Amino acid sequence: MARVEMAELAHSYRPRPASDADYALKKMTFVWEDGGAYALLGPSGCGKSTLLNIISGLLRPSEGRVLFDGRDVTALSPAERNIAQVFQFPVVYDTMTVAENLGFPLRNRGVAEAEVRARVAEVGEMLELTPMLDRRAAGLTADQKQKISLGRGLVRSDVAAILFDEPLTVIDPHLKWLLRRKLKQVHERFRRTLIYVTHDQNEALTFADKVVVMHDGRVLQLGTPQELFERPEHRFVGYFIGSPGMNFLPCVATDGGLAIAGVETPLDPSLAARVNGSNGTLELGIRPEFIELHETPTPGSLAAQVERVEDLGNFRLVTARLASHELKIKLPEGQALPAGTAHLVLPPAWARLYRDGRLVG
Amino acid sequence: MRARPATVGLILYLLLLLLPIYWMVNMSLRTNADILTSFQLVPTDPTFANYLKIFTDASWYSGYVNSIIYVTMNTVISLTVALPAAYAFSRYRFLGDKHLFFWLLTNRMAPPAVFLLPFFQLYQTIGLIDTHIAVALAHCLFNVPLAVWVLEGFMSGVPREIDETAYLDGYSFPRFFFTVFMPLIKTGIGVTAFFCFMFSWVELLMARTLTTTNAKPIAAVMTRTVSATGLDWGLLAAAGVLTIVPGALVIWFVRNYMAKGFALGRV
Amino acid sequence: MDKTENNRAWLLVIPVLLVVAFSAIIPLMTVVNFSVQDIFGPGERVWVGTEWFEEVLADTRLHDALWRQFLFSGLVLLIEIPLGVMIALAMPREGWSVSLVLVVLALPLLIPWNVIGTIWIIFTRPDIGLMGNTINRLGLGFDHTASPLDAWVTLMLMEVWHWTPLVALLAYAGLKAIPDAYFQAAQIDGASRWAVFRYIQLPKMRGVLTIAILLRFMDSFLIYAEPFVLTGGGPGNATTFLSIYLVKIAVGQFDLGPAAAFSIIYFLIVLLFSWIFYQVLQNVGRGRA
Repeated sequence: MARVEMAELAHSYRPRPASDADYALKKMTFVWEDGGAYALLGPSGCGKSTLLNIISGLLRPSEGRVLFDGRDVTALSPAERNIAQVFQFPVVYDTMTVAENLGFPLRNRGVAEAEVRARVAEVGEMLELTPMLDRRAAGLTADQKQKISLGRGLVRSDVAAILFDEPLTVIDPHLKWLLRRKLKQVHERFRRTLIYVTHDQNEALTFADKVVVMHDGRVLQLGTPQELFERPEHRFVGYFIGSPGMNFLPCVATDGGLAIAGVETPLDPSLAARVNGSNGTLELGIRPEFIELHETPTPGSLAAQVERVEDLGNFRLVTARLASHELKIKLPEGQALPAGTAHLVLPPAWARLYRDGRLVG
Repeated sequence: MRARPATVGLILYLLLLLLPIYWMVNMSLRTNADILTSFQLVPTDPTFANYLKIFTDASWYSGYVNSIIYVTMNTVISLTVALPAAYAFSRYRFLGDKHLFFWLLTNRMAPPAVFLLPFFQLYQTIGLIDTHIAVALAHCLFNVPLAVWVLEGFMSGVPREIDETAYLDGYSFPRFFFTVFMPLIKTGIGVTAFFCFMFSWVELLMARTLTTTNAKPIAAVMTRTVSATGLDWGLLAAAGVLTIVPGALVIWFVRNYMAKGFALGRV
Repeated sequence: MDKTENNRAWLLVIPVLLVVAFSAIIPLMTVVNFSVQDIFGPGERVWVGTEWFEEVLADTRLHDALWRQFLFSGLVLLIEIPLGVMIALAMPREGWSVSLVLVVLALPLLIPWNVIGTIWIIFTRPDIGLMGNTINRLGLGFDHTASPLDAWVTLMLMEVWHWTPLVALLAYAGLKAIPDAYFQAAQIDGASRWAVFRYIQLPKMRGVLTIAILLRFMDSFLIYAEPFVLTGGGPGNATTFLSIYLVKIAVGQFDLGPAAAFSIIYFLIVLLFSWIFYQVLQNVGRGRA
């Protein structure tokens, strides 16, 4: 078990990177605490797999260092770092039985046979693999094979971290949640540091204590699922997390306030001070969940045209047009919905301000 | 880069592989008298006389033309009959399909020597002796089963939904096969053509038995020289070098498909 | 993989049947015909039953040829399969050198079989051959036309030179098909180089190695042109393999009856052994071997 630290880490697949665009991972520094469950979330090609392979030691970063519990492991091989990894496609050793598969990492390290057996039995029990321990691994289903992969990580009691690279990709949908729950249980029982790469926000948000959102080779935010939802630090995080994502409205700073689509709204003085006198594109972001809809105008409300309403079971999704901007609003079941013109209120507590995509308040 | 022992071993192996071929090239650039009187690692006085003789003597160069004609014919025939059959094996179950497939493959195991005499009689009866088509047909014995086998592997990799969609869109079978399906497996067709070319090109026993003069392959022309008294080693070596050239050209063109093609032969 | 039941598929198979039947069934019937009759000339033939078969089975020179053949094929498999796998393991997985290695490897496979013999005559002759001459200069007498052992050594060298590349190419194709994740997982599990080979590479090569073993067994068992050119079956009968002996009987002595009976037995032996190899290789690595 270990605390994982990235110091000034950057990676380029080119031998002599010239510009920022040559880097698959841009310079980053952060710390993951021991025993935490972390998710690395981002669209395909954002660099999350590169980062994972650097942590596991399959890839050597071109710049910076990786530290486990303060020890520099940048130059060490995966075996020396003592990490385990579960891959996108199940990797099992076809000619071995399930038990032999589970014991393989221990036997390679010369662990005594009695202990190997005890560990295999314990892990097999935990993963509900006991009935098939003596079967050949080749004939098993994809989800059982993934459990074996996970088991090979769990048998080693001294493992520093277990990494997952989109492990549920090839699993049947109805088995996915079972396997995810199993992962949760495993985490609660063994308290290993788990790092889970995915492009699926549901997987990330349900699995992890802390989520790292990546985009274009950069870490945009590291936070709890709640923080990501309520205070996205970057426009991309707001847009990527949530379904639908955050609404963004261009706005202009005025004396002591903010003009959105020509309507002036007062602003908290401290925030106003930060916004005022700065250049750059200013946007207001608000989640569809937090917009209020009124039939009559109220102070500070914005008039919008209701364009479309979709009933999605326990809520309705309203598409409204404010000047030339489209907004999505999630309306709880049972709340009245004005036809034609609706008056929107954006509660200041949930409205976030972004300058050039970065959160300013 | 640090040289691994395995890499060193591989380079050594490849050099050893080229050594006999190099030696033949060496011989081909020397006159017979020169070869017999002195031992030279590198020809001190290289000459193209042997090659010149081959290119100017019709009995020599017609051998190459004959070989290329029947090899091409064989490749075309093999592909033409194997394509529909491979499609049938990859898409349908039908009466006796497994037995038929196995029987086809057993023909690959028949000793060519077994068929020499019957072949000779058969082709003599129907008057095909000493024609290109006779050799091309005889080589179908081992090339057609192989072609069906390899093509079936490639075709099974194409999802069946594509066929169904095409039929729903109103394509007739021939139109679907030529305009949709064949472009999808063009790698497979290329690999199969390569195999057919290769096995037909290297075979000598049948080709020699079924021809006398008009369609005699280059490989057989060479054996004539071997049995003659006072062997001309230089000439023989030059002829040998020239038989390697077509094969080497073909390899160069298909080198990127080679590993792929071998992987798809399934058992 | 559900295939549709459709007997009209036979229509697609008919062209293949016609071509192969013409080249296989008619000649095979002729062989069977010969094997049970004694033929003196056109229209003059006598039914002899199994007489030719009995004669052939009792032929001690054929027994010798058969054992020689088994020894030869056995050595071929023992040398070429491990060597081919080793070469495949040493080959680069990517980069410019891949094409180069593939082209050089495939070169011997595209040389007409009798030219292979010619190349090796030129290469090993004691007077003009690079190898023959060099060995003799070292003071070791070497002459494949006189010494049976030298003839065998030369023949094996030629065979290994000619066909190991095929094994290597097949094994290489099998290795390339293994996803990277397997090697990464093994690295993480702390597997040794040997364990990676034993538990990942070898099992994944099972399919292509089955093809390689079958092809090499069949073709080495049927070998004719290369030893015919190189040694002509000699010295003495030291390198007279089944095909060479068969052609001697059929063409040299024109004993068509025994030659035909011999052919059928020969064919059956190849079929039987190919089938045994196939069954064994199918079971290896599936928990039954």
